[in-house]
Amino acid sequence: MTATTLSEKPNYNDDVVKLFTLATIFWGVTGFLVGVLIASQMVFPDLNIEPWLNFGRLRPLHTSAVIFAFGGNALFATSYYVVQRTCGVRLWSDKLANFTFWGYQAVIVMAGLGYVLGVTQGKEYAEPEWYVDLWLTIVWVAYLLVYLGTVIKRKEPHLYVANWFYLAFIITVAVLHLGNNIQIPVEILGAKSYSVQAGVQSAMIQWWYGHNAVGFFLTAGFLGMMYYFVPKQANRPIYSYRLSIVHFWSLIFIYIWAGPHHLHYTSLPDWAQTLGMTFSIMLWMPSWGGMINGVMTLSGAWHKLREDPVLQFMIVALAFYGMSTFEGPLMSIRAVNSLSHYTDWTIGHVHSGALGWVGFISFGALYYLVPRLWGRERLYSTKLVSMHLWIATIGIVFYIAAMWVSGIMQGLMWRSYNDMGFLEYSFVESVMAMKPFYTIRVLGGLLYLTGALIMVYNFWKTIRGDVNEKEQQLLSQGATA
Amino acid sequence: MSWKSHETLEKNSILLLIGIIVVVLIGGIVEIIPLFRKETVIEPVEGVRPYTPLELAGYNIYIREGCYNCHSQQIRPLRDEVVRYGHYSLAAESMYDHPFQWGSKRTGPDLARVGGKYSDEWQTAHLVEPRDLVPESIMPSYEFLLKKGAKLHNLDKHLKTLRITGVPYSDEMIENAEKDAAAQATGEDRADISGLQERYGENVNARDFDGQENMISEMDALVAYLQVLGTMVDFEAAQQIEGTQ
Repeated sequence: MTATTLSEKPNYNDDVVKLFTLATIFWGVTGFLVGVLIASQMVFPDLNIEPWLNFGRLRPLHTSAVIFAFGGNALFATSYYVVQRTCGVRLWSDKLANFTFWGYQAVIVMAGLGYVLGVTQGKEYAEPEWYVDLWLTIVWVAYLLVYLGTVIKRKEPHLYVANWFYLAFIITVAVLHLGNNIQIPVEILGAKSYSVQAGVQSAMIQWWYGHNAVGFFLTAGFLGMMYYFVPKQANRPIYSYRLSIVHFWSLIFIYIWAGPHHLHYTSLPDWAQTLGMTFSIMLWMPSWGGMINGVMTLSGAWHKLREDPVLQFMIVALAFYGMSTFEGPLMSIRAVNSLSHYTDWTIGHVHSGALGWVGFISFGALYYLVPRLWGRERLYSTKLVSMHLWIATIGIVFYIAAMWVSGIMQGLMWRSYNDMGFLEYSFVESVMAMKPFYTIRVLGGLLYLTGALIMVYNFWKTIRGDVNEKEQQLLSQGATA
Repeated sequence: MSWKSHETLEKNSILLLIGIIVVVLIGGIVEIIPLFRKETVIEPVEGVRPYTPLELAGYNIYIREGCYNCHSQQIRPLRDEVVRYGHYSLAAESMYDHPFQWGSKRTGPDLARVGGKYSDEWQTAHLVEPRDLVPESIMPSYEFLLKKGAKLHNLDKHLKTLRITGVPYSDEMIENAEKDAAAQATGEDRADISGLQERYGENVNARDFDGQENMISEMDALVAYLQVLGTMVDFEAAQQIEGTQ
């Protein structure tokens, strides 16, 4: 059932989508594994192996692997798949599309090797040094060209909403990347460079970048994914066209302002902090606009949610999206932030978004894609999808609940006084108090990783073309009953 | 405006792209551009100077090892933080950090004013094996820093690069970068530190930080950096001036 056998269907380029799909799965498992390792290091410090495998070098490896390697490849795979289907044409250039694949994997490998060897710019989520930045710029321009080239030669007069989001993601990430990586190398043959901006200015630019890596990489891009795969899987049109227009423009406008909420009570001028807080609170509305538009797409088809674990993945993703985009504005309020900042609460917040929203919507899309890309009638096992969903969900709940408790506890311990008016706890007492929660986090991470491995097994069987006899039988029984 | 008018953007991808760019640029421009008028953002304070070459080497090790992943360098003006860590951080104190090291997480304590709080011996022993001194610590050990020689020969290039970004390193400082670093890590007993003091001030810490006479290690550089953190501004003197006003 390849596209070529049906003469009326355009000849889509699915080879590159397959490559990106496999890379997504590979980097996902790698990133989760490193996450479990560094979470374990916080319980058992002896797991640090100096110098290459110390926490300080592995943490960027984890964040980059999950955000840019897992998330990035998922965005490439789905955007290339979606743009062809919604525009009714083949990708603009096969060669350039292939270049984006190999070029992007090279970015990941260069960045990752650098971290382990101690090559870093020292800016969170923008750690790769200047030479990787330059290479990524080239790859990203190629990505924009492939995407835009396909959009421009489309047969469909209207550009579907998923593409607005993908386009906003690609172009804004380009702007952010260029803005935050203005560096001067010390030597042309050396890795080290210095950022042109210092102190306050570098902090503001970094968090303008950092928060919008969340806003445009992890939100706008994945909303694009949501806008295609949720309606497809539910076989219903998107709930509201007007809502998608309103929340698209307000989301991308407001997100950009939110960065300074990472810098409350710092040396950044107060006016900037207040702006950041105000816009962060406003951001609640467009975020929920996206969630509502996704979830309500099921209206009239709620029964599908009962039987279809792939759809369940997508809807649970939207629920986590709604939860973390409510929590975010709450944490951006200065009074709340004075407690939550610098604590594990932030880590928990990020992970409810990353594991719950980004991870689950990607898993949902992958479960949709794999049988179709490899021409299989269905997934090897729907039951395993369900198992993945529940194990991973329990893992997330363990993770974020542990971080809520540890984060709030840290915040309270740091600011508590005894009867004499002295600080009640030394810093290390707060470290000791974290141990049980760090252990629960490892468990949560392990469950999440286990779920992903179940998915890998399911895909392995699906791609090989194995048929699960039991489920097959049940299906045919259901058909005759 | 009717919903129909959005059609224009949906049918013209270049227009849509331009629309997106304009919309996402506004927030950044409003929040970032005004900060480039540094005189309105950074209140000048006495005492803040560029890092010495050895301290700069330490700053780079701090970044290389990802210390900022667990330690902040930004004391907020909150009562408990000021009691725990000292005077809240001033914008001027990080004006020569390319980039800033304020951090975002305190798995370990804030380090903005760690300079002078512990002895060199303590810092070195703690970095070698944190649990020898703080049994409950979960910090990784950094014993390898003791064995690794600090890279001093190209520090002049680092200073030169930073001068392009606006750090006021003089020609003399650049020329003597390697010599100053070696002198600072050796101390006045065995080296001539007059040039170093002339260029970076009388108060510059010059001694054998890691206690290994035979070499200048990365430990020397990192401890020199830690020992200067938060010590450049003389807050007691500032308070006295404020008090008399």
